[in-house]
Amino acid sequence: MHPRYGTGLGMSLLTVTNVGRRYAMRRGLLARAVTVHAVDGVSLSLERGETLGLVGESGCGKSTTGRLVLGLEAPDGGAVHFDGAPMPAVGDAAWRKLRARMQMVFQDPLGALDRRLPIGVQVAEPLEIHNLLNPSDRPARVIELLGAVGLRPDQAERYPHELSGGQRQRAVLARALATNPDLLVCDEPISALDVSIQAQAMNLLMELQARLGMAILFISHDLRAVRQVSHRIAVMYLGRIVEMGEPDAVLHDPAHPYARALAAAIPHPGLRGQTRPVLQGDPPNPADRPSGCAFHPRCPIAEAICRTSVPALLPRQDGRQVACHAAHRSDAGVHRERAA
Amino acid sequence: MPITGVDKTASTPLIALSNLGVSFDGVVALRGIDLAVMPGESLGLVGESGCGKSITWLAALGLLPARATVTGSVRLDGEELPRTKAALERVRGGRIAMIFQDPASALNPVLRLGRQVSEALTLHRGMTGSAARAEAKRLFDQVGLPDAARRLDAYPHELSGGQNQRVMIAMALAGQPDLLIADEPTTALDVTIQAQILELLQSLRRETGMALVLISHDLGVIAETCDRIAVMYAGRIVEEASADAFFAEPRHPYAVGLMAALPPLTGPRRPLTAIPGGVPEPWAMPPGCAFAPRCPRATPDCGIAVPPLTALAKDHAAACIRVTAPVWA
Amino acid sequence: MPPTDRTPVSTGKGRRDMIRFIAIRLLRSLLTIALVVTFAFVVLRLSGDPAMLIMSVDAPPEAIAAFRRSWGLDEPLWTQYLKYFGAILHGDLGRSMRDGRDAIVLVAERIPATLALTIPALLIKLGIGIPAGVHAALHRDSWSDRLVMLAAVAGFTVPSFVLGLLLVLIFAVQLGWLPSGGQESWRHAILPVITLGVGGAAVLARFTRSATLEVLGQLYIRTASAKGLSWGRVVRSHALPNAAIPTVTIVGFMVGSLIAGAVVVESVFSWPGVGRLLVVAVANRDLAVVQCILLLVAATMVTANLIVDLLYGFLDPRLRSARSAGAG
Repeated sequence: MHPRYGTGLGMSLLTVTNVGRRYAMRRGLLARAVTVHAVDGVSLSLERGETLGLVGESGCGKSTTGRLVLGLEAPDGGAVHFDGAPMPAVGDAAWRKLRARMQMVFQDPLGALDRRLPIGVQVAEPLEIHNLLNPSDRPARVIELLGAVGLRPDQAERYPHELSGGQRQRAVLARALATNPDLLVCDEPISALDVSIQAQAMNLLMELQARLGMAILFISHDLRAVRQVSHRIAVMYLGRIVEMGEPDAVLHDPAHPYARALAAAIPHPGLRGQTRPVLQGDPPNPADRPSGCAFHPRCPIAEAICRTSVPALLPRQDGRQVACHAAHRSDAGVHRERAA
Repeated sequence: MPITGVDKTASTPLIALSNLGVSFDGVVALRGIDLAVMPGESLGLVGESGCGKSITWLAALGLLPARATVTGSVRLDGEELPRTKAALERVRGGRIAMIFQDPASALNPVLRLGRQVSEALTLHRGMTGSAARAEAKRLFDQVGLPDAARRLDAYPHELSGGQNQRVMIAMALAGQPDLLIADEPTTALDVTIQAQILELLQSLRRETGMALVLISHDLGVIAETCDRIAVMYAGRIVEEASADAFFAEPRHPYAVGLMAALPPLTGPRRPLTAIPGGVPEPWAMPPGCAFAPRCPRATPDCGIAVPPLTALAKDHAAACIRVTAPVWA
Repeated sequence: MPPTDRTPVSTGKGRRDMIRFIAIRLLRSLLTIALVVTFAFVVLRLSGDPAMLIMSVDAPPEAIAAFRRSWGLDEPLWTQYLKYFGAILHGDLGRSMRDGRDAIVLVAERIPATLALTIPALLIKLGIGIPAGVHAALHRDSWSDRLVMLAAVAGFTVPSFVLGLLLVLIFAVQLGWLPSGGQESWRHAILPVITLGVGGAAVLARFTRSATLEVLGQLYIRTASAKGLSWGRVVRSHALPNAAIPTVTIVGFMVGSLIAGAVVVESVFSWPGVGRLLVVAVANRDLAVVQCILLLVAATMVTANLIVDLLYGFLDPRLRSARSAGAG
């Protein structure tokens, strides 16, 4: 059985239904609080062994989505189901137990590691927290984990500052894998690494997934990396998913105008000499969200309806999900033509 | 014989660095750079963090901290640029302007943007008062800042990252430079904003005819913007070529590795060909070719001597004995 | 989540928010003062009986009882507190138990003497501390930097009473150039002013140095140099305005301690200022006077803090719009 579809009961490992997260943002002591919809009506699912790439620019809510998925934050609306059960309330016993099954990897490996403790101790930490294995078996497990991420056993004694950036990210990954998690949320895991090291990290992640079968939510601003590691990708803009589908479909034939702009903006030697449409304007302030489709002020094909009505994320004929009035209409048109 | 210009017979280079070296408290960071920029051309300088690509230009302009020791020579229009304060200050922001990676922290947080631009106008073009303000507004318009007049009175924190980078570019243009050095100008920006800034740099180059040195770790960014490429590794230039020749066939194993490590946009998704290991620390430089310990093609000979940058074709040179050695072996 | 397109706020809204800001800060300041007054009240009442101290221990019990009655000391503590607080709200700070004069008058009489020491000392702190700190930062690791820092360490590790006595030993006792105590002429002020100034100058020099060094390491300093500005102009127009922001805090603290900062030095040099009055009043449990001084000290400190906050807004536009902009 392909690990990606190995759920047995046909139930997704993770189902996120229409979650939202609002923050009251207050700049300075006195300013009146403004409500920011960091995440607004996001739905997604993730199978075992599958990687979903979540792309978007800063402030689009992709990191908040990651924290909602992990249950590190409670959504203001909607629901997160993990392995068929609703996400327990933050902090209670069931929630703590679930921590062992879902882990997170952050962008900055140095910040994620305690600089006063050797790597080995930090990799063993989740085992202690969740009381896994006999204490006498833990050192062997640490060595095994270090080996799995390509670190040498003797590097267990090293402190974070004694390792290179790539090695530190490996150590973070080893720690995240210690509990054999079913779900790994990686938030910009390669952004802080050098180009040649990024490739190592992406290879390692895919190799570990093939071996261990965990699901990965891969959050990144880098479409190239997301294509490389993901089975599906979701493009976010200002708190909402605007397009979701197979990576190559979204990348090479984007249906949403924002996805199109994002794909066109990828710098790549293979695209040398080509001119491309450049999206104008800045991403709007999440605290001052445009009405209707949040993308309409920058959209080259916006119409009257885009200013007033929020397009729903709907599946197209080919299974891709798109939240765009124009895309819906043209897809419906194709549908009618075919029917005729 | 190292080659330095694309076509040296055309004219004298705008700026020519020869055997430029930098060390910090005895630790060598830059190991003899020979590099020339022709008037109006765009040169991409690519390499990973710590390879010396930024230090090269900070050293050329005397912008490194005092503990840095700089050796070698910088020639401007064929004439030696003396490493005196006065000479360097005249060049900086005038003939050669520079913009940096993180525009938000590269601008002074407590001064209005208009004043920061006017300062350069006063310095290099003698403009003051309303004339400087009008010119600053024109520059803001030129770099595509919306609502330019109002932005003159704004502070950096009131603008987005992309807008602040436009302000930096406007400030660089204030001195009407012949060369703009852009040090990772889009690394801190979002992808769509990166595309805007790259496009702006291209169009400004067309309008003003200034030369551009684009420093970046991202081959994709360089590929779109530059006519010529120089790849740096561990304080040296290891490959130099026209962009066409380079992207058609990179020759140095490190450059080949960089290209292979880049996730492709099309085709089946296979594991990437990663370069093993990491960049050597400057105080633990391997003998001979610094890339040899990570190089798939290394032979024992690679550890003997530093390979010189050697011409392979008219517009292509590499510093690798495995690539440049005659094939009789 | 970095907000992106923030537009400068209109001045009308800014001004309204500024007034709101000041109003809230004033309210908070009054609360702080009230807390200080309450604290002083409790501590003083619990730390000894003024009647015993002022009347002497062997006074007849009736006389002590009468003294207590006349000052209201026989009433329950909370009644005394409410009465005292009510009186303060009416501007009545009570009378000295020693000579029955208004406490506020007693204290006010001493203020000029204290300011005669602390203001020149403040000028010394600013005039020496800030330039020395900036100089040290600009010439980091040079011999002059090391000299400044050595002097600064010495300056603030030596307690002021030790320094004061040392100066007296040298200049009054040994050399006989200056008087060792008293307030008869300006020459009497020289040693206490120096004693006060040296410690503060040392603190300020160190602080200014580190603030300047931090700013010099910022990227906008490199940008300013890359623009072609001379180093002097980079320092003047770009480094110092930024370094001033943290330095203002510590200067504000010094201004806030103009009244209360000379307690030790006034005692060492027998200078009849507020500080010495405080020491005497505490020893005598002269409640009204002690409380009056503490109130005054709290008020100056709080006022200085308020001014610092306003200055911050003036020096740092980021805070200004943080206060005035909604969410931009």
